[in-house]
Amino acid sequence: MELLLFNAFNGLIQGVFYALMALGLALILSLNSVINMAHGGFLVIGAYLAYTLDPYLGFWGALVAGPLLAAVIGLIVERVLIRPIYKRPDPLYSLLLTFGLALIIEDMVRTIWGPQGLPLEVPDIINSPVSTEYFFVTGYRLFVIGITAAAAIGLYLLLRYTLLGIRIRAGTKDLETTSALGVNIYKLRALNFGFGCMFAGLAGVLASGVLGLTPPMGDSLIMPSFVAIIVGGVGSLFGAVLGGLIIGLAAGITTTYYPAASEAIIYLIMLIVLVVRPRGLFGEEGLFE
Amino acid sequence: MKRLAAIAAMWLVLIALPWWLPQIGGYTALGSKVLIYAIATMGLNILLGFTGGLSFGQAAYFGLGAYGAGMTLKYLAPSTPLAILIGTLAGGLAATILGPLVMRRRGIYFAMITIAIGQLFYFIMVRWNNVTGGEDGLAGFSRQDIHLGGVVVRLTEVNFYYLVLICFSVAVAAMWVLLQSPLGHTWVAIRENRRRMEFLGVRVERYVWAAFAVAGFITALAGTLNALLFNFTSPQDLHWILSGDFVIMIVLGGMRSFWGPLLGVIIFVVAQDYLSSLTDNWMSLIGLMFVLIVLLFPRGLLGALPRGGKLA
Repeated sequence: MELLLFNAFNGLIQGVFYALMALGLALILSLNSVINMAHGGFLVIGAYLAYTLDPYLGFWGALVAGPLLAAVIGLIVERVLIRPIYKRPDPLYSLLLTFGLALIIEDMVRTIWGPQGLPLEVPDIINSPVSTEYFFVTGYRLFVIGITAAAAIGLYLLLRYTLLGIRIRAGTKDLETTSALGVNIYKLRALNFGFGCMFAGLAGVLASGVLGLTPPMGDSLIMPSFVAIIVGGVGSLFGAVLGGLIIGLAAGITTTYYPAASEAIIYLIMLIVLVVRPRGLFGEEGLFE
Repeated sequence: MKRLAAIAAMWLVLIALPWWLPQIGGYTALGSKVLIYAIATMGLNILLGFTGGLSFGQAAYFGLGAYGAGMTLKYLAPSTPLAILIGTLAGGLAATILGPLVMRRRGIYFAMITIAIGQLFYFIMVRWNNVTGGEDGLAGFSRQDIHLGGVVVRLTEVNFYYLVLICFSVAVAAMWVLLQSPLGHTWVAIRENRRRMEFLGVRVERYVWAAFAVAGFITALAGTLNALLFNFTSPQDLHWILSGDFVIMIVLGGMRSFWGPLLGVIIFVVAQDYLSSLTDNWMSLIGLMFVLIVLLFPRGLLGALPRGGKLA
């Protein structure tokens, strides 16, 4: 029972990272119509920049600066590389472009910071276990859950109540009409891409406190995030978060009983969901098909 | 007439490859690798270029073929033809069984689901240690000489190249016949206007399924040959990075043309071979190649030619 709780909690933390990644991916997917294969790259950029700035800004400063810098780099990438291919309706090109970008980012990070793993120091105040019996429930992990919940709720409020959010949602439904109503959709899409990358960067900083930093760390997180989106349903941000938590928990629980299947279970869940509910748990009909 | 001459010249060059490639500083195994990847990408192109199904997880069937062949040689029987047969069936049948999950989806959804299915197989191979060799890959098998009646064909590097060339010819002929048949024309029609085909009463999903299955069988065949070429296979042969490589090779050569993938493979494999010997940062250069191809040559090299839009 102790072991099950331990693994389930570990899985939940993993699920939180998947959910954060999936949120950014889903944002970019719905408004920019881009499957961002480089999303893991932005995660790594956020994490490593936070690591580099940590000695100067401290953990808290780095926690803010990492995601923001990832967003700035995302804005530049969007302007230079993604914008020229919006006019091509075939998703093939954005897929290949961001795939190439992912290779470049991983290689550059390896060249600049080295292939070996690096640790991100977490302040003692939030890193001590909360109780002696459940030693694995460290303050940092609760902190990760808290920050993620805050970010997700913040995004919800933004999309629900601000003019920018309303425009983003309108653009998701019908980009042409939104443009015809006088919204600068280029600016809108650029901002949205930046938001998505910010979530990737945040996931990177938070994850490096638990898992440490390695150049391919984005790789192992991006595929489960795809699955989270498919399970939750393309087009639903809530679905993406829920999907991430479900597969994280499932992987954790499977570790207790049959560790070898802890990764495969994620993809099995996806297959089962696809058979039972082809559009995912909260997917909308006809979106992106 | 010009086309015929060009194709005849291509076959001559391929047949003479073990003679001229070493002379210009290459090696025959590189030729085998090019042909193997050409089989895989031309098979994938039936789905990608001709039917319009954006499969981004094709390496799964390539890898299943490779593991099928390797495991046959290691655990079952020391026979090269049997290894090729079982490997091809393993990958092809997997694609056939999974087809119904994929065939209803389009565009981005199709891509994401094929990627995710590929990852499922990747983790099975990584985690099923005692049978597949796990992360280190499957070794401890080697291609066996072929017995034809009383004659023994020793599979040296050059002879193996000719075996690959024979498989390439058979696969190319089969694909050519398929694409000229009513089935092939239906595939192209689905790519051009799926909805109209539905209105005409064509069961589009079944045709997409057929394309998925055919592509699976052919990529799996390529996978078996790849395992035999190196006497080794690893989970990297199922990884989505290889899937992406396949797609970029096709786009580079021209995805609307029959021979396009072959051209893309030649450029990509030779470039990768050369770049990885040149610099440690070859991954960045490959990535840069992806970006530049998408921005500058979206229709591929053969697609840029005036007649490139047509079949063949």
